[in-house]
Amino acid sequence: MLRRYLLKRLVVAIPSLIIASLIVFTLPRLLPGDAVQLMLEEKAYGKDVDDLRHKLGLDRPIYIQYFAWVGNVLRGNLGESLWTKRTVTEELGMRLPITLLLGGLAIGFAIVIAIPIGVLSAVRADTMRDYVARSVAIVGLSVPSFWIATLVIVLPAIWWGWTPHLGFTEFSKAPVAHVLQFILPALILGIASAAGIMRLTRAMLLEVLRQDYVRTAWAKGLREGVVVLKHSLKNAVIPVVTILGIQLAQIFSGTVIIESIFQLPGMGRFLFDAILQRDYPVIQGINLLVVSIIVLMNLLVDLLYAVLDPRIRYS
Amino acid sequence: MARYIEAAANVQPVRHTWALPRAAHALFLFCRRKPLGALGGFLILVMLVMALGAPWIAHYSYDESIPGARMKPPGAQFWMGTDNLSRDVWSRVVYGARVSVTVGFVTIALSTFVAMCVGVSSAYIGGAYDIAVQRVVDAWMSFPYLVIILSLMAVLGPGLLNLILSLSILVAASSARVIRGAALSVMENPYIESARAMGTGHLRVVLRHVVPNLLATVIIVATIGLGGVILAESSLSFLGLGVPPPRPSWGAMLAGSGRSFMQRAPWMAIFPGAAISLAVFGFNMLGDALRDVLDPRLRGTGPGPAR
Repeated sequence: MLRRYLLKRLVVAIPSLIIASLIVFTLPRLLPGDAVQLMLEEKAYGKDVDDLRHKLGLDRPIYIQYFAWVGNVLRGNLGESLWTKRTVTEELGMRLPITLLLGGLAIGFAIVIAIPIGVLSAVRADTMRDYVARSVAIVGLSVPSFWIATLVIVLPAIWWGWTPHLGFTEFSKAPVAHVLQFILPALILGIASAAGIMRLTRAMLLEVLRQDYVRTAWAKGLREGVVVLKHSLKNAVIPVVTILGIQLAQIFSGTVIIESIFQLPGMGRFLFDAILQRDYPVIQGINLLVVSIIVLMNLLVDLLYAVLDPRIRYS
Repeated sequence: MARYIEAAANVQPVRHTWALPRAAHALFLFCRRKPLGALGGFLILVMLVMALGAPWIAHYSYDESIPGARMKPPGAQFWMGTDNLSRDVWSRVVYGARVSVTVGFVTIALSTFVAMCVGVSSAYIGGAYDIAVQRVVDAWMSFPYLVIILSLMAVLGPGLLNLILSLSILVAASSARVIRGAALSVMENPYIESARAMGTGHLRVVLRHVVPNLLATVIIVATIGLGGVILAESSLSFLGLGVPPPRPSWGAMLAGSGRSFMQRAPWMAIFPGAAISLAVFGFNMLGDALRDVLDPRLRGTGPGPAR
């Protein structure tokens, strides 16, 4: 049964990936005709318009361009950055670990903060504590990360004359400082996700707590800790797993801003720079990589969902 | 006899507000039942008033340099201080509401229209068309939102109209998903089948029977979406890809050349960010409250008595 579910899920994921690749491929080609001319004048990417068109692969029929591009991508060739002249694969290889660490820490922080608060909020529903937690969660969803990051840089400098370190420390030079520099950005990055996860945990746990088997557990005289944590929470966090995929996309959006503010040389900042410099091979490469990671993560999440909750496999 | 009197007494409390017009009465009930939602509505109202009445509310023009008032702290004359270019921060925050309101409402209007067309047709026609549309929506939604918008803005170039267009495309995809779901559940109703059986045309069924029943869902999705759009607009403006200067946008006020002065003039950072947060908070609160009140599927399932 699990195998059939897996197959079904794969069949759905593949068209998504193909359509996503089409979107990634089409975006730079929506450029108005004279934009190539503009790029040429602005940055002198090539010798002349024809040379640049050739470099961007714009001089061939569109479907040949697409298949050539997909063929290259499948062989791990994402083209060459117009700006740094290095291959896109090489550039991404340097930056991916930084963003993965940042994003991983962010989602880790979000889960560690959100689930206990969500549980407390559901167990003590409609008390003062619950209202405070829910309001704080909505505030967390409303406050822009770049504002918090700005305040974290500005305010401590005024109050205590301390500023968080901006810039990047290599792992090889100072391993501890390398990891520590991610903590503050990751915390800020995780706030919005934490708020979303907390709200969902609360809602799901409330639903589970109303079910008959939980009442049975209470009736057996089990302690609150056992009923909530052992019987209820297990079922309540299953749907929470499914939104991790969405949270991941959100967190990657956040890295574009946070990496720029904290001057971390990750993929988010690289994408932003590439967009300012109209470096299309890089934009394409990053978009494709990010979408593939997210589609894959969603697939994994769905599989995990099916493993955790056998009911899903049969529906 | 005693029973009749009791019954009459029970009716009384509902009747004594008869003098209020119906809308005002509904508003009053909403405020009493959902004080936080009402707070959200109030914040939105303040923002709308600021946007519409900016020339009368602001003390100065948004790009006016006031001689001898560089980076002054907040006080009686400059409520929110002045920035590094001697401009009044309060006036800029007031005018900034215009950008947020314009981008927010126009984007939501556009995207809701597109999402209605796509979502309802996808649900109503079904079959291969539905599957194809949903796969495209899937693919579109698997992109991180900022990546899509940044890429679109890179292609389209900065500017108010382009910003609205790219935000609309993005919001439309996720709204279409929600509207499709709601339309599917509306179509389960027997009255749709009856209408068809009576020989009502497809278009009439959709417009007269499906769409009106989606109104509650659309209002909720639009309200929460407005908060998201304002947040996205400010993020883009912060990155310098939003509305170009000198038009003040809250996000742009936190970015650019002013950043290096913020440690000496923190009010430059505090107030625009607070404005964004309050606006988004308002829409989120109101949206949450509206969902509790309007969505019949959620009504009564919440904990606690619904008074």
